[in-house]
Amino acid sequence: MMEAVAIPPFERFYAETRDEIWRYLVRILGRQAAEDAFQETFLRALRAYTDLQHARHLRAWAFTIATRVAVDERRRRVPAGAVPELTVDDARPAYAELGDIAGELPAKERAAVVLRYGYDMPYAEIAAALGSSEEAARQAASSGVRRLRRRST
Amino acid sequence: MSVPTDIDRTFRDRAAAEGVLDVAYDLIESPIGSLFVAATDRGVCEIGFDPEPEAEVERLARLHGARVLRSPRPVDKIRRELDEYFEGRRRDFDLAVDLTVLPAFQQLVLAELQRVPYGDTDTYGGLARRIGKPRAARAVGGALNRNPVPIVVPCHRVVGSSGNLVGYAGGLERKEKLLALEGALLG
Repeated sequence: MMEAVAIPPFERFYAETRDEIWRYLVRILGRQAAEDAFQETFLRALRAYTDLQHARHLRAWAFTIATRVAVDERRRRVPAGAVPELTVDDARPAYAELGDIAGELPAKERAAVVLRYGYDMPYAEIAAALGSSEEAARQAASSGVRRLRRRST
Repeated sequence: MSVPTDIDRTFRDRAAAEGVLDVAYDLIESPIGSLFVAATDRGVCEIGFDPEPEAEVERLARLHGARVLRSPRPVDKIRRELDEYFEGRRRDFDLAVDLTVLPAFQQLVLAELQRVPYGDTDTYGGLARRIGKPRAARAVGGALNRNPVPIVVPCHRVVGSSGNLVGYAGGLERKEKLLALEGALLG
């Protein structure tokens, strides 16, 4: 029997992903820019929701949209070479440090590093999130890590 | 770290303002308990007693489309009118209802039901006669029992031919309270 993966009501999708997407956007954009990016992410998701063919990889789909929003946002706001503000939170989960130290990386490398090492997301899903091939996602993450190593030595 | 309440609320408002929701809903408090209230662009599509939001949301998505979101603002007018009704300050609702997903017979029954005025009652047989199907009293009862928008579409105003309350999807106690509020109960 084929497993039918019905599209859940938007409320359920939103309730299940909003906190994780919020933390992700705060990590890669900082608290202030994350506010607009959060709205934009879920408004885009809502607009595209009726075009979904199935409900597999909905979490990765949400990260895809958030990543695109964040990349657009950083391209617009952060001129090349500028150092973005570091984010500060009261409760700092394991991936929090990562968001800060990855702060100066180019947008795609930063997203790849945070998704891979902060969220333990497989490269296939990171690729989907970045809209690139799995190989390109792997390269973005490893070149991000190399850049971080160079910087820290 | 959860998304802050104000940012969550802003999204729910903006989603409604963009007009991309199939259904907006919220929970409201009333003297007859918590009510699940939902609306489409066309009007109120559901008022539920003893709400189980997750199940209601699934059902609304199947009926109206997957873009169902809790969003208080589109429900504000319904909330206000219900408050006024329960305070005895409103006799007629100035609310559109969306009954489009219902079978034709049920739409017919509920349309006729909306003509039974505040403080008055009718019988199942009376309603059946008025829609030109005098032998359909039982079917009328079934249509009323599945009324998705009770209170606003006043199925509580329909009683048995001997004046007994008969039944109510929200429980007889609620039916009695609503009729008492409207002054329709003798004694």
